[in-house]
Amino acid sequence: MPSGLPRWVLVPAAVGAAFIVLPLVAMATRVDWADFFSLISSDSSQAALWLSLRTSAVSTLLCVLLGVPMALVLARTSFRGQTLLRSLVLLPLVLPPVVGGIALLYTFGRRGLLGETIDVLGLQIAFSTTAVVIAQTFVALPFMVVSLEGTLRTTGERYEVVAATLGARPTTILRRVTLPLVLPGLAAGAVLSFARALGEFGATITFAGSLEGVTRTLPLEIYLQREVDPDAAVALSLVLVVVAVLVIGLVRGTRSNAL
Amino acid sequence: MSLHLEATITGRDTVVELDVADGETVAIIGPNGAGKSSVLAAIAGILRPDRGRATLDGEVLFDDRVWTPAHSRGTALLAQDALLFPHLTVLDNVAFGPRSAGRGRTQSRAAAARWLDEVGATDLASRKPSQLSGGQAQRVGVARALAAEPHLLLLDEPMAALDITVVPAMRHVLKRVLADRTALIVTHDVLDAALLADRVIVMDRGRIVEHGPTREVLARPRSQFGASIAGLNLLSGVAEHGAVRTPSGSVVEGMSSDPVPDGQAAVAVFSPSAVGVYLERPAGSPRNVFETTVTELEPIGAQVRVRTTELSADVTVSAVAELGLMPGTAVFLSVKASEVALYVT
Repeated sequence: MPSGLPRWVLVPAAVGAAFIVLPLVAMATRVDWADFFSLISSDSSQAALWLSLRTSAVSTLLCVLLGVPMALVLARTSFRGQTLLRSLVLLPLVLPPVVGGIALLYTFGRRGLLGETIDVLGLQIAFSTTAVVIAQTFVALPFMVVSLEGTLRTTGERYEVVAATLGARPTTILRRVTLPLVLPGLAAGAVLSFARALGEFGATITFAGSLEGVTRTLPLEIYLQREVDPDAAVALSLVLVVVAVLVIGLVRGTRSNAL
Repeated sequence: MSLHLEATITGRDTVVELDVADGETVAIIGPNGAGKSSVLAAIAGILRPDRGRATLDGEVLFDDRVWTPAHSRGTALLAQDALLFPHLTVLDNVAFGPRSAGRGRTQSRAAAARWLDEVGATDLASRKPSQLSGGQAQRVGVARALAAEPHLLLLDEPMAALDITVVPAMRHVLKRVLADRTALIVTHDVLDAALLADRVIVMDRGRIVEHGPTREVLARPRSQFGASIAGLNLLSGVAEHGAVRTPSGSVVEGMSSDPVPDGQAAVAVFSPSAVGVYLERPAGSPRNVFETTVTELEPIGAQVRVRTTELSADVTVSAVAELGLMPGTAVFLSVKASEVALYVT
């Protein structure tokens, strides 16, 4: 072996790869191909798929709107408690989603921290489609921040400094230099956020419930169908696998186009 | 467009005070770590001095209370690395300054095209920076800095990273664009100072150790660093058949990497160590010979620098004794044409 890697490393590596690939193959073998399209196009499946795509798209947009400024502040400023803040912001990455859902319930729920304020405004968030979007954004936002902050740090500030000496105001620099330069990282962050939002289950079912057409996203639908109609569950699972593969392809594409 | 600067940068142990007059080009030379780049960074608004005050055309750049951000200072900075924006074409890179100043796209691109023409890079307009060589990128960098129409142009070792073969062409571009422009150029190459600057500031360990008109500082350096790099012989005049004719009538033969057209203003540059000292006119070999009088003898290490009215020569102590040199001695100085570099100015 040219790299000098010990041969025995191949064995656990192969076991690990099989461990990841095998379940996907196992699932694919159980797909009822004859009825595949009718299975994934039942009313409830379509409603769930459509809801998932819609909410994930909105969540991704929110991740961009909130995550880009967060990444900029973390990468380009320094202040007391920044390290702590960064750790807190990344918390949803390691937190069990169910816990996230409970935390959201006690924030935006009727009896939550902001519940009364929201009530006064005449809004009802918990167990609505809005709640789905909030849950998805909560778990997906760190992906955006991590991806973009990394890109911002590797790109460095040199070009921004030059732009300033050429007379560009901070907003102009952000628009014409910083963002174009980190576009690959931003795109990767957006794709990862979308994928995380699409797969979100725990926080959604805890905070938003499972109401068909309102809060029952595709992962929830799969979980329910597993009891009633396993064939439909497998078919829908395959749909999510295909989406995931597409996401990986997209991220690789944006990464390899990086400057 | 005149600059006045007083700055103390504690972290880099730098204390300087300097002025640049309207239309003047000042070179800052000195060894590595002398604080030259810190001074430029403080003027550009990239580095905040601990104390001090700077004004450009009467506008305060910084003082105890005021801090004008880099983008409203009117001081474009070009460093060793051109740092062209990789996502923009050459034309849009140069148009960046005008655009930032609020001018429209079409108007900015027209201005950019003019500046590219000024540095001889028109044919590069549609390229991306990744498709440029180092010399081309630095030309575009100059155009981009100039297109921002700075009150003060700051150049931080603009040729240090360039391939040695493209340096003369770049120097030529700078010579042209720096004429009548208020500019500060940091360099470690004494020739840049000699050819581009009206005045030289020598910095060492965070202090200005010497300053004055370029010719004076280079001819009679008082600081250690000045002496180590300078003492360079510089004769200016008009090009004539590939040589330089000085106003006093002597003709200096030399070598040139670029063609030197007749009638152009030109300089001949050579090191004192290349100069031989004789009591009688040396005969035979095709040398440049100057008849002159010794004005001063100055020991530099194991050598003695023999100064005459216009030129200097480095000789050994024994040679001084052998020739009986002293101020007032009439001597002939000679230098081989192959030791003399000619430059169009």
